[in-house]
Amino acid sequence: MEINNNQLLRFTTAGSVDDGKSTLIGRLLYDSKSIFEDQLESVTASSVKKGHAGVDLAMFTDGLKDEREQGITIDVAYRYFTTPKRKFIIADTPGHIQYTRNMVTGASTANAAIILIDARHGVIEQTKRHSFIASLLNIPHLIVCVNKMDLVDFSEERFNEIEAEFEEFASKLLVKDVRFIPISALLGDNVVNRSENMAWYQGGTLLNILETLHISSDINKIDARFPVQTVLRPQRDGFIDYRGYAGRVASGIYRLGDEVAVLPSGFTSRIKSINAGEQELEEAYAPMSIAMTLEDDIDISRGDMIVRKNNQPEPSQEFDVMLCWLNNSAAKPKTKYTLVHTSNSQRAMIKEVVYKMNINSFERDSEDKDLAMNDIARVKIRATSPLMIDSYRDNRNTGSIILIDESTNETVAAGMIV
Amino acid sequence: MNKYYLNYLDELEAEAIYILREVWAQFENPVILFSGGKDSILVTHLAKKAFYPAKIPFALMHVDTGHNFPETIQFRDDLIKELGVKLIVGSVQDSIDQGRVAEEKGKNATRNALQITTLLDAIEANKVDCAIGGGRRDEEKARAKERFFSHRNDFGEWDPKNQRPELWNLLNGKHFEGEHFRAFPISNWTEMDVWNYIKRENIAIPSLYFAHEREVVRRSNSWIPLSEFLRLEQGEKVEKKKIRFRTLGDITITGGIESDADTLEKIAQEVSAMRKTERGDRSDDKRSETAMEDRKKQGYF
Repeated sequence: MEINNNQLLRFTTAGSVDDGKSTLIGRLLYDSKSIFEDQLESVTASSVKKGHAGVDLAMFTDGLKDEREQGITIDVAYRYFTTPKRKFIIADTPGHIQYTRNMVTGASTANAAIILIDARHGVIEQTKRHSFIASLLNIPHLIVCVNKMDLVDFSEERFNEIEAEFEEFASKLLVKDVRFIPISALLGDNVVNRSENMAWYQGGTLLNILETLHISSDINKIDARFPVQTVLRPQRDGFIDYRGYAGRVASGIYRLGDEVAVLPSGFTSRIKSINAGEQELEEAYAPMSIAMTLEDDIDISRGDMIVRKNNQPEPSQEFDVMLCWLNNSAAKPKTKYTLVHTSNSQRAMIKEVVYKMNINSFERDSEDKDLAMNDIARVKIRATSPLMIDSYRDNRNTGSIILIDESTNETVAAGMIV
Repeated sequence: MNKYYLNYLDELEAEAIYILREVWAQFENPVILFSGGKDSILVTHLAKKAFYPAKIPFALMHVDTGHNFPETIQFRDDLIKELGVKLIVGSVQDSIDQGRVAEEKGKNATRNALQITTLLDAIEANKVDCAIGGGRRDEEKARAKERFFSHRNDFGEWDPKNQRPELWNLLNGKHFEGEHFRAFPISNWTEMDVWNYIKRENIAIPSLYFAHEREVVRRSNSWIPLSEFLRLEQGEKVEKKKIRFRTLGDITITGGIESDADTLEKIAQEVSAMRKTERGDRSDDKRSETAMEDRKKQGYF
């Protein structure tokens, strides 16, 4: 299959086993012919062993031994499929409450999130929680799948009711693009193939929507940000004086001759060359990995950022962050953590917990200041020196941070700069 | 389409190069685990791009079971010479001779699982703090759970239930002495992506991947190549077939498929029409439902 100009779309699925999440993914893979014969044989055999009539689609997403035994998903699993229009990466994340950290992880790079609602139960707490996280992580597209329509007689009225219910609470969220689809993952209605049972639904199938979502504007193309990962000094014939700044363009566009500033030093220069491997380029844009050289000899190292002279991020040492706590041991006040922001690492501390977010009621709690696993809170962070930050809403790559506990080396928190 | 957007192969390439550069920036002594298979060849090719015009700053580490395809070893040595990088070989035969591991017994004995000890010994002996692998998440259900930066404790073990969350592009390679990391730059590539990219970049790969005449034996639904290590069972007969290999592992466990695909073009076409996964012909994965997960927890690739 020649699909060389096709884009890559990453999406996350939120929901629990009971919502039919695994069945939906299985259906998507099965009906888009992404299941191989030996996988089908092994799942068919296991289905028979467990006494299911026919193939249990949910088993295509089974992973680790413990997950199969307990019938739950413990960790994010990635699945892949390709259609003639796009390549897809699914971050299949657990829906249970104790696993919020995995959902945040899966959502962090997603273009779209699928929220599953059981048509019999409508919007429940879990729906709100998942939608809130999708909104918090600034996922550009939300696809609400009202599943198990077969169990409510494919009722248009029920579907409309749930849509209205969702929109009522979603008005508090910041998602730009929300779609609703009535589906039956079990029977295949409106997943890959159009439903014959719901002629009243005029929209596209789930796959059709995934194939046509406009994702080109998901990346910030305005603010040029280039965090330097490493400096290339080949010191070999033909490249004796070469000093290439290697990195991945976080956002925006860079062209030969552009006037740039190097942060935090503030020195300015012009772009002399842009390379992707041996290939010389006229321009580079997010999310390309490149190496650039500058006209002037400036001291630049990992953690520095090359930006346009007339469009610079705000150097800040103290800033507010929406923090999601991801570790079993709670946040320690006055403790220094390693903060990672783009290619820059610094020590930092949580100066103050402003409020904690109740993600079921969307209410703010300013009394409780303890941050434990799965808590989401607005905090004030103070770093040892200024960071070149943007707000997460404007720029996912330069607006995000993680905190690392120096006593365990574990990643304990993820933050979105307000 | 607007010109400021990458196609999926370019995006996968950019992601892999980013990860390779992070490895270089975050670790003291990283190596590329090189098996001579297409995935480790691809990783090496991406490393070449990531650091151009500088040389690849990593040594290549090969865990040699002694049960190799001669073509793979030739290919490895040629590539090392071309790139001017160091080669580190961990030998399973040495591990056996030193009594570190014992040869498996029984009908389907292989040296596959024995590699774990040799690999971990080589990592320790060479003070490697990050081993870059060509593992892909689409290969196998345990691999679907892998991080780009995957932590190994001081026994080299993987704890899949307690992995560090990996958000955005922020990779945490911090570790204590004695621990190490595995890095997987092509996690998000599928077999099809790998072939499409090899074709596009015209990357040299061992001749074994192309259809050729070979003496083979039919065993558990695939064609096992005849070699000095193969013990014929009763009723098995050696046949000459035109075959090629979809993956390359030990010569004892890698089954070929009948094929006429003798160019990259034809291989890509053949793979896109395949109805079986590439590891379907690898007997190391067929031993049990959790064969890969069990080996990976102990420190396997």
